[in-house]
Amino acid sequence: MPGGMTPRAAGRIPVLAGLLALFLAFAGAAALAVEPSEMLADPALEARARAISREIRCLVCQNQSIDDSAADLARDLRLLVRERLVAGDSDQAVRDFLVARYGDFVLLDPPVRPRTWGLWFGPAAILAIAALGATLYFRRRRAAAPPAPLTPEEASRVGRLVEEERLP
Amino acid sequence: MRRLAYLLPVLLFALVAGYFLLSLDEGRDPSLVPSALIGKPMPAFTLPGLSAGAPPLESAAILGAPAVINVFASWCLPCRAEHPLLTGLARDSGVALYGILYKDDPAAGAGWLAELGDPFRAVGVDRTGRTGIDFGVYGVPETYVVDREGIIRFRQVGPLHPQVIAEKILPLLKTLKE
Repeated sequence: MPGGMTPRAAGRIPVLAGLLALFLAFAGAAALAVEPSEMLADPALEARARAISREIRCLVCQNQSIDDSAADLARDLRLLVRERLVAGDSDQAVRDFLVARYGDFVLLDPPVRPRTWGLWFGPAAILAIAALGATLYFRRRRAAAPPAPLTPEEASRVGRLVEEERLP
Repeated sequence: MRRLAYLLPVLLFALVAGYFLLSLDEGRDPSLVPSALIGKPMPAFTLPGLSAGAPPLESAAILGAPAVINVFASWCLPCRAEHPLLTGLARDSGVALYGILYKDDPAAGAGWLAELGDPFRAVGVDRTGRTGIDFGVYGVPETYVVDREGIIRFRQVGPLHPQVIAEKILPLLKTLKE
């Protein structure tokens, strides 16, 4: 339609801006599941707590870390992590404490154990097998002798055939 | 030899497909967290009783005989569904049944038991959920079977159902009693 924007199109821009603002507001909320009241006064301890929390699986919403999750249990576990740190536990001791209760599953980064060898080394093993196969294939192809040159009879026969094709 | 090499992808496919087929098995729920505590002693705890006069529930007091520990809450709907089964289990097997009221108000828990009946020998209140974490609880209800030494022998995540009781819990209790 000539003559610029219709009233409807003009109204659409503020709506979009509003939606964007709404999205950003919620995006901000989602990024901070940790409530200010949970945080430790000591910034060094709090930083360690955040780092550990990012590597601990929330068992309720299983593909989120407890640092990201708003689940009740995630909050309890965040508080627990901070409590252990304040009590003087090392990072590893805190992780071990949780693994003792929830198993390796609670770690988002799976540890290297005989059970997880397939997970850790499988891709590299498959790559190695593929590389070996490719090497063997190309080496064999290079080793194969180039085709023997044509004998004089063959050459004359080819010439004859080509001549026949040329004739109308 | 060469022909065998051509069979290799087929073999690999069979391996992967077999694994997927096994994973599709009905009984497997990938969201279930494998328990870290099976075969290990249950955590030590002392929880306040349900009413003001009730004695606390202590883990040490549970030892000596096989026991079933049920983690529940009045706000938990599946707990309501499994309640008759728990009552039946305690009545039929005579096993010592203990309850842990998980992250709930004692008064609400007491009201819930008054309404539905109280099959528990004793109930401890875990307001903070800390004992639940020690057990590896990640949702209510959960049910544990411990032997006389307090070793956790079985864990049910989610509500009990008749099949689990008949096929897992009752046979286990039978062997534990011997």
